[in-house]
Amino acid sequence: MVMDRKKERIDALAASGGSASTALLDSEDAKSGGGSIIADAWRRLRVSPVFWVGAIIVLLFLLLAIFADLIAPHDPGQLLLRSQTRLSRNQLAPPQPGFPLGGDLLGRDEFSRLVLGSRQTLLVGVFATAIGLAGGMILGTLAGAFGGVVDTVVMRVVDVMLSIPGLLLAISIAALFTTPSQWSVIIAVAVVQIPVFARLLRGQMLAQRGTDHVLAARALGVRRAPIVFRHMLPNSMSPVIVQATVVVAVSIIDAAALSFLGLGSQDVATPEWGQMLGEAQQKIDSYPALAFWPAGCIVVVALGFTLLGESLREALDPKNRR
Amino acid sequence: MLRYIVRRLAQLVVVLLILSLLLFFWLRLLPGGPDSAICGERCTPEQRTALRSAMGLDQPIWTQYLKYLGRIVQGDFGTSGFVEPGVPALEVFWHRLPATIELTIAALIFALVLAIPLGYFAARRKGSLLDSTGVVVSLLGVAVPVFFLAYLLKFVFAVKLHWLPDSGRQGDINATRVTGFFVLDGLITREWDAAWDALKHLILPAIALGFIPFAVIFRITRGSVIDVQNEDYVRTAESKGLTTSVIRRRHILRNAMLPVVTVTGLQVGALLAGAVLTETVFAYPGLGQATQIAFQNRDYAMLQILVLASAVTYMLVNLVVDLSYALIDPRIRTR
Repeated sequence: MVMDRKKERIDALAASGGSASTALLDSEDAKSGGGSIIADAWRRLRVSPVFWVGAIIVLLFLLLAIFADLIAPHDPGQLLLRSQTRLSRNQLAPPQPGFPLGGDLLGRDEFSRLVLGSRQTLLVGVFATAIGLAGGMILGTLAGAFGGVVDTVVMRVVDVMLSIPGLLLAISIAALFTTPSQWSVIIAVAVVQIPVFARLLRGQMLAQRGTDHVLAARALGVRRAPIVFRHMLPNSMSPVIVQATVVVAVSIIDAAALSFLGLGSQDVATPEWGQMLGEAQQKIDSYPALAFWPAGCIVVVALGFTLLGESLREALDPKNRR
Repeated sequence: MLRYIVRRLAQLVVVLLILSLLLFFWLRLLPGGPDSAICGERCTPEQRTALRSAMGLDQPIWTQYLKYLGRIVQGDFGTSGFVEPGVPALEVFWHRLPATIELTIAALIFALVLAIPLGYFAARRKGSLLDSTGVVVSLLGVAVPVFFLAYLLKFVFAVKLHWLPDSGRQGDINATRVTGFFVLDGLITREWDAAWDALKHLILPAIALGFIPFAVIFRITRGSVIDVQNEDYVRTAESKGLTTSVIRRRHILRNAMLPVVTVTGLQVGALLAGAVLTETVFAYPGLGQATQIAFQNRDYAMLQILVLASAVTYMLVNLVVDLSYALIDPRIRTR
């Protein structure tokens, strides 16, 4: 019978990675040569331009965020170009030696702000994904390990969360905080991902329940907890990890959208791309470049994580094995 | 089939009940509490106390929930505090609904009309320039924030080139209102200039809103056609000399459509969320803009109806999608 398709798609995602994951984490199998799945996946990844473009973008972004202090030529908070900034006359500090992108609306160095903004963006992407992943794993493990009533209750709650369009759910949660901050954004964006991870993991766990090694462990009288944590969970993780890569991109975009709607961090001391974009949008008719830089950064980074995730999914998909 | 529909509707009711429970607690948790949710920040302390006792906030929580549920079922969501001050939230909702439906349909038409043929030809000529361009554009579609795309379109085509209007639903035209759907109104009343003007106002927002669905539907169509065109029955059809158009219509597209329909249904979620951003950028007076205004100004009466409505819409659309499988695929009908 046809089930709700959104769920099915997530479940199918789980199934497609299912058999791959079994071997991915079975290290002996993986080391045993060309036939193993991890080697097989790597063989396909190595020649995939999608993978390399994604991986290089993500790597550069990580380096930028880590060494932001060293790369940024100026203090992003200081109004260094103030004297050249006259908003009333539609005049911003132009690019000049030492300031490759000129100044922003307040006369701060745009380039330094972009460089340091990468940190906040990375923070949002990574923490939102981690929190979503943790929440989803708890729910998914509960549902998948116990089945029955627990499964039904958990999955109905997940259904409800999935029934609200992602961004709207994020907005609703962000609105619960009296003063918006970086963390309210992270939590709002993370909660949206919980049901996605939960459903994905549950599908994987259910598939694991019927496998021979789980049946064998059960027949040997192993208790439920070791079966779940040693056998079922590790073998269910690989599509979840692939999904997490894509979710980093989704989180970054959603966080930018929250900033745009005025629900983002109001902290002006730490630059953040979504926030910079929001500021620039008020003046986009006069200074389109100011909106272009942070938006371009968001697009490139989101694209990087998407490409990386998609190529991993493709490589691990057993349908593509030759 | 009937049993299936009944079962799905029952599931829907359960989900709605849980949703109402979550909404109830959400409203209580919002800064300011449920009394502010109704009267905003304009109430005097006396009014607030009166409201609290009138709302029965001293009663047990379950009684409060049941009463809340009763009010919702009767369509009483309170009064809008900011979007259209003093007007019942439900009325504001109905008033703004046609604008958003019109925009969503325009966006969906844009997405489908481009994505399905392009996806089909990209798959049939896999590796061609058309194919690789399509794949790159559709990957970008997933990574570009909707609101930035909206700004970009507005900046280039409205602000710089002046080809299309930059905001609103219709220019300064004395148009007759019949249904609330401005393009349709213009057609019904034969006020062609009004219809054309409303349509021009729709183009940019519809492209911005439809871009993500376009990207997703393109990828699914392409993937699905690639799968189907290698099936034995397609090769048989080719070898027995059927024309390309017959093979395309009867053998490939029909079989490839199932995942496309599914994903189109799921994209309604993206459209509902994207409408908030797009309508804000283009100052388009629909439900999305109302959502943004309501959140910005904490108009909680509007918020609960908007969240509830988008969840219900999303679930109903996906129910219809599931049921439409039977129309597309006769194999499902017999099950």
